[in-house]
Amino acid sequence: MTTFNTYETAWCPGCGNFAILNALKTTLEELGKKPNKVLMAAGIGQAAKTPQYISANSFCGLHGRSIPAAVAAKMANKDLTVIVNTGDGDSYGEGGNHFIHNIRRNVDITHFVHDNQIYGLTKGQASPTTAIGHVTPVQTDGSHNEPINPLLLAIASGAGFVARAFSGDREHLVSVMKEAIMYPGYALVDIFQPCVSFNKINTNAYYRERVYRLDENYDSSDKMKAIQKAMEIGDSLPIGVIYKEIKPTFHEKNEVLARGESLIDIETNPEVVNKLIEEFV
Amino acid sequence: MYNLLIGGAAGQGVDTTVTMLEKFLKKSGYFVFTVRDFMSRVREGHNFSVIRFANEKITSHSNVLDGIIALNDETIQLHKGRLKENGFILCDTIIKTDDTRAIRLNMNDMAKEIGNPRVSGSISVGVVLKLFGETLEKAEEVMKASVKEQYVKINLEAIEQGYKSVESKYEGLERREGNYENHMLISGNEALALGAIAGGLKFYSAYPMSPSTSILEYLASKSSEAGLVVEQAEDEIAAANMAIGASFAGARAMTGTSGGGFSLKVESIGLAGMAEIPVVYVNVQRPGPATGLPTRTEQSDLKFIISASQGEFPRMVIAVRDQEDAFYQTARALNMAEKYQIPVIILSDQYIADSTSTVKPFDISRITMVKATDESDIEGEYLRYRYTEDGISPRLIPGRTKHLVTADSDEHTERGWITESAETRIKMVDKRMKKLEKLYEELQEPEYIGADECEILLLGWGSTYGPIIEAVDKLNEREGSKYGALIFGDIYPLPRKRLEEMSKRASCIINVEQNATGQLAGLIRESTGISCTDSILKYDGRQITGEEIVEKIMKGGRQ
Repeated sequence: MTTFNTYETAWCPGCGNFAILNALKTTLEELGKKPNKVLMAAGIGQAAKTPQYISANSFCGLHGRSIPAAVAAKMANKDLTVIVNTGDGDSYGEGGNHFIHNIRRNVDITHFVHDNQIYGLTKGQASPTTAIGHVTPVQTDGSHNEPINPLLLAIASGAGFVARAFSGDREHLVSVMKEAIMYPGYALVDIFQPCVSFNKINTNAYYRERVYRLDENYDSSDKMKAIQKAMEIGDSLPIGVIYKEIKPTFHEKNEVLARGESLIDIETNPEVVNKLIEEFV
Repeated sequence: MYNLLIGGAAGQGVDTTVTMLEKFLKKSGYFVFTVRDFMSRVREGHNFSVIRFANEKITSHSNVLDGIIALNDETIQLHKGRLKENGFILCDTIIKTDDTRAIRLNMNDMAKEIGNPRVSGSISVGVVLKLFGETLEKAEEVMKASVKEQYVKINLEAIEQGYKSVESKYEGLERREGNYENHMLISGNEALALGAIAGGLKFYSAYPMSPSTSILEYLASKSSEAGLVVEQAEDEIAAANMAIGASFAGARAMTGTSGGGFSLKVESIGLAGMAEIPVVYVNVQRPGPATGLPTRTEQSDLKFIISASQGEFPRMVIAVRDQEDAFYQTARALNMAEKYQIPVIILSDQYIADSTSTVKPFDISRITMVKATDESDIEGEYLRYRYTEDGISPRLIPGRTKHLVTADSDEHTERGWITESAETRIKMVDKRMKKLEKLYEELQEPEYIGADECEILLLGWGSTYGPIIEAVDKLNEREGSKYGALIFGDIYPLPRKRLEEMSKRASCIINVEQNATGQLAGLIRESTGISCTDSILKYDGRQITGEEIVEKIMKGGRQ
């Protein structure tokens, strides 16, 4: 088994999730990943169904809680390629605390956020990235709350890989996905995608008019420039690797994991247990 | 049997003195049992520990004191009322007291003269050893195990000074050769943590919360040596979901907290139940609700734990009864979780967690290890949630098999894919619940203690084990052999056989619990229809003693 298959999906026709799923399959195949060595994790939401639709190992957990489960799976078995595909509500709303603190941990996983700036599964309420003034069935006079800037938040929290992509630019999306998966550490890719059913503002055309690729001369290692780029929102939206810095990973920082063996291969040593018992005598 | 109280303000070094003294007494061959009573603050306030020691096994603490070691005035004021008439109060000369039982020594000045005011605790240890007719033979050995190398010499000098400054008061209790010298002295939390390591633990995640924190601290301190990943999570929700993720990927996982933190983990228990991922949850109970009494004890989470999380799924709850039990049951819990692919919850409490007891060295040959399914056992297509006779499906480890492994919090098919099929729903619920049938067969019946034929049956669970044993012994001595007790360890699902048998013969059944509503009695009534005739309930945050149980029964708690 070397190719990644797609199973029957339950997304709306025209949903940005299809493009992301296809790009992901291409990315994994081009990177030579084996389905049985890949773990796809997600929480709850439309984007969070991604692991259900691709032939790999899958962990579909609780709303907002995919990151803790995903990082721990990687801590247990370093040989797994661990990828979280989930939405803006799951990642930045319900799971906001885990998002911040796992940037600090820097476990080598990849986090693809399908950011459609709206709640899809629950049918159209504001998400943490919904723009001010956006009218929904709950935010009836328009959303009042300042939207989260996930890129800025990630850079400020110390993330080593922060990128943005657009589901409508497949070639670029694949290249960013590849770089993110290969990055040794926690990699965030916030992917703009249209929600054809519930977001009539941030449509495919909306993004297409505004996104532009960062040019080749852009220096992704310059943190101050990256912060400026992350703050570029509104009528022009940069896509690409906004910030990149190599930092020690969790596995390098953890005394046990730094020895190189996967945690699940370390056998309990009865001699050590007996020594620990003896310490209480 | 002797009973000593050491008290002072937080930060005065009560615990250092206690830890040293209990080690001395154990090394002298005594059985030592120490309870810690402290306030939820790091300075001032009043903290004390009570060390009970004897030449035989001790199962409960006691409120009757032979001696008080007072580091401040308050200790004397608060506790002299329960000091025996012939008891003693050891304190510094700066403490003014006209109590005739006081032994006032200028320990603070002596400590300064020795070179460090902080060694006054060691002086008092020397005094106590002399009062009880002990020798200083083991002093060096114990001191090396108690303080950093550079402080050994000065503390030994302090012990000797203290030893020289008084005359013996008590005769040492007769000790048979080797009595308890080579036993362990261990707290409940340490025993639980050690049991987890012995049971193959690889991953522990937690957020600090009293009284569970010392499990996290112990495991962190041994993680390198024992090959564990121990991670302090950003909150209890993360801690629980991390444990589930690690276990899914093949690492034996446990997550510990107290009631408040457990409340945050509730949803995750359902995930472990639904996705059939083995995880051990530890809840070291303290009095609730909300913040409650952070550093005190209670058994009020039973009903919450057995029904925590939405929906219906199999789980197992084990209440640990003492330090020794904490070790073996934690190792067993990891195995039961693995075998049945369910969440197993260990209920402990502050009393067990923070008390130290003398325990026969743990025997790891008593622990057997259950393993996940072997790939070679899979015939045909691999179905993670295959319908099987006993409800237990083949669990492979992702990345360690050619097959793909799934986990889903949604209702799912045998493959682990999301479904809304009514037929599959019924079959999956039945499959999961079926695991309880097999589990029920290997439940451990409650331990029975007391008279062969008992008229009055006490019922308890978890940490009231020790106090009930002491109470039953005393009652049978005093009143003739008619008392017995059943103390539950495995508590959910509730083992019923021995209870149904014993309750038929008893004319009176009294539940003894550390809560206000009689939660065990309620569970028993619900599961068996058996009603307790009376109850002894305590919920002031302080553990009941054997003496208190006796007193309550004598006062007519037994209609």
